[in-house]
Amino acid sequence: MFQLKPERNKLVITKLTAQFGEAVLSCETLSDMLTISVSDTIIHDALLLLRDDSELQFNFLTTLCGMHYPDTRQLGVVYHLHNMTDNHRIRIKTAIPESDPKLPTASDIWPSANWQERETYDFYGILFEGHPNLVRILNVDDMVGFPLRKDFPLEDQTREDKDDSMFGR
Amino acid sequence: MAKEIDADYWERDFIKAEEPKEYNTLNVGPTHPATHGVFQNVMLMDGEFIVSTEQTIGYIHRAFEKIAEHRPFYQITPLTDRLNYCSAPLNNMGWHMTVEKLLGIETPKRVDYLRIVVMELARIADHLICNSVIGVDSGALTGFTYLFQDREFIYEIYEEICGSRLTTNMGRIGGFERNFSAKAWDKIRHFLKSYPAKLKEFERLLARNRIFMDRTINVGSFAAERALAYGFTGPNLRACGVDYDVRVMNPYSSYDEFEFTIPIGQSGDTYDRFMVRQEEQWQSLRIIEQALAKLDKMEDKETYYAQDPRFVLPPKEKVYNNMEALIWHFKIVMGETDIPAGEVYHCIEAANGELGFYLVSDGGRTPSRLHFRRPCFIFYQAYPEMVKGNMLSDAILTMSSMNVIAGELDA
Repeated sequence: MFQLKPERNKLVITKLTAQFGEAVLSCETLSDMLTISVSDTIIHDALLLLRDDSELQFNFLTTLCGMHYPDTRQLGVVYHLHNMTDNHRIRIKTAIPESDPKLPTASDIWPSANWQERETYDFYGILFEGHPNLVRILNVDDMVGFPLRKDFPLEDQTREDKDDSMFGR
Repeated sequence: MAKEIDADYWERDFIKAEEPKEYNTLNVGPTHPATHGVFQNVMLMDGEFIVSTEQTIGYIHRAFEKIAEHRPFYQITPLTDRLNYCSAPLNNMGWHMTVEKLLGIETPKRVDYLRIVVMELARIADHLICNSVIGVDSGALTGFTYLFQDREFIYEIYEEICGSRLTTNMGRIGGFERNFSAKAWDKIRHFLKSYPAKLKEFERLLARNRIFMDRTINVGSFAAERALAYGFTGPNLRACGVDYDVRVMNPYSSYDEFEFTIPIGQSGDTYDRFMVRQEEQWQSLRIIEQALAKLDKMEDKETYYAQDPRFVLPPKEKVYNNMEALIWHFKIVMGETDIPAGEVYHCIEAANGELGFYLVSDGGRTPSRLHFRRPCFIFYQAYPEMVKGNMLSDAILTMSSMNVIAGELDA
């Protein structure tokens, strides 16, 4: 378990809501990490604030990954940030509609976001605006579709040599 | 047909000829002995110096994140084996701990110590490969062939514990599948006795070797700020002088009860990375010794899993004779146990750095999303910046000292 830091969590929430108000959609502690959902319009500014504010100092992007919410027809990106000085970790979430999956890039904030955004584009089709080289990274270049979306089948649906009706896949 | 020579051909000074320079494109990989894995570097070369590099990765992408969304939890362990296959038990344990965090399982102390023994053995196995391969790439094959016997011996220990060697699928959610056998303990103790002398000898071969030092010092050095910005973790970050270690920062599996030091380097060059990994092996040995001492002191020698019915299989004799136990067994194997909805992020200090698992569960039998934070994938993107302006032979050494494992890179 990561150490719970209620004081620091409160500080993060106050600073974000003071700056962005309504655009901070929800704040909750899931398991051992503060999770903040923010609107996609302010995500870049919010990340910049979290990195550059003298008290917050989230100078390390632990990981960035995509999400797919088929129920609401939304795609999302989850950022895990780490303040190494105070050993404080938070999770930032943002969601965008499937029909217009555009988000500003974070690769100008942390260079480590570069490949992780390419990976997210590769698997979810989220277009990161301002990314220096947004092309597929792990899949083949001429791949059709975005494989980690929930509507992308795991196996070739034309196969007839397998019967999975009993246990599902 | 002979080329026609113009009149002033013999007067021209070819050596002093300047612009335009001619750059050559060089492919290092995808299958090149020096990349130690399947990935490609397209290098733009000015003579022997590197102007720019572009990496192509994904040659062994196996869609683990997609597959994981369609497998019950315990069937994901074999997928994690194949991330960093040089230290598979570390990945296994990391995954088990992630699920335990989601389910809220408290593991007994004895399980924690057993895990630490296995994890530190895996760390030694990983570091010794990386370090001896740095030797190979700088032209010293001896240490490699010599230390490989000990890697083999570590694999024999794995074999005693779980039955397999490279891709171990070791342990279960909540602990281990069986207790360590007497033979396994004998082998661990034998390893602890015999390995230090060999490691010392290996260190003597390279650490103060003039040729090795000339080849590695100030090669591929990287500043701490850049390393942090690029998301470096593990030995590569510590070689730059940042003492970030998950085992200390966010202790898991009772690491907080152990005494060990985190070695750090100064300039983040190949030599520092080598020395950090070397020292970490000594620290790992120290940790294993402490764990053995703690285990010896414990009266309980039988506990090897957490008492949680959701993932621990009932004993076989009960399964064969008792209907409830059979149903229970079947439910676990078919992945029909109750799993709470929720999301967790858990990370461990794997051999290459912070190996993270972001697990989102919607209460179904499979994760609704599982993301692996693979340290290799994140720090390898800094490679062009590290080798720019270096010579090709130095770039090879830089790559092997970063310990880029293709399995982890491509998921």
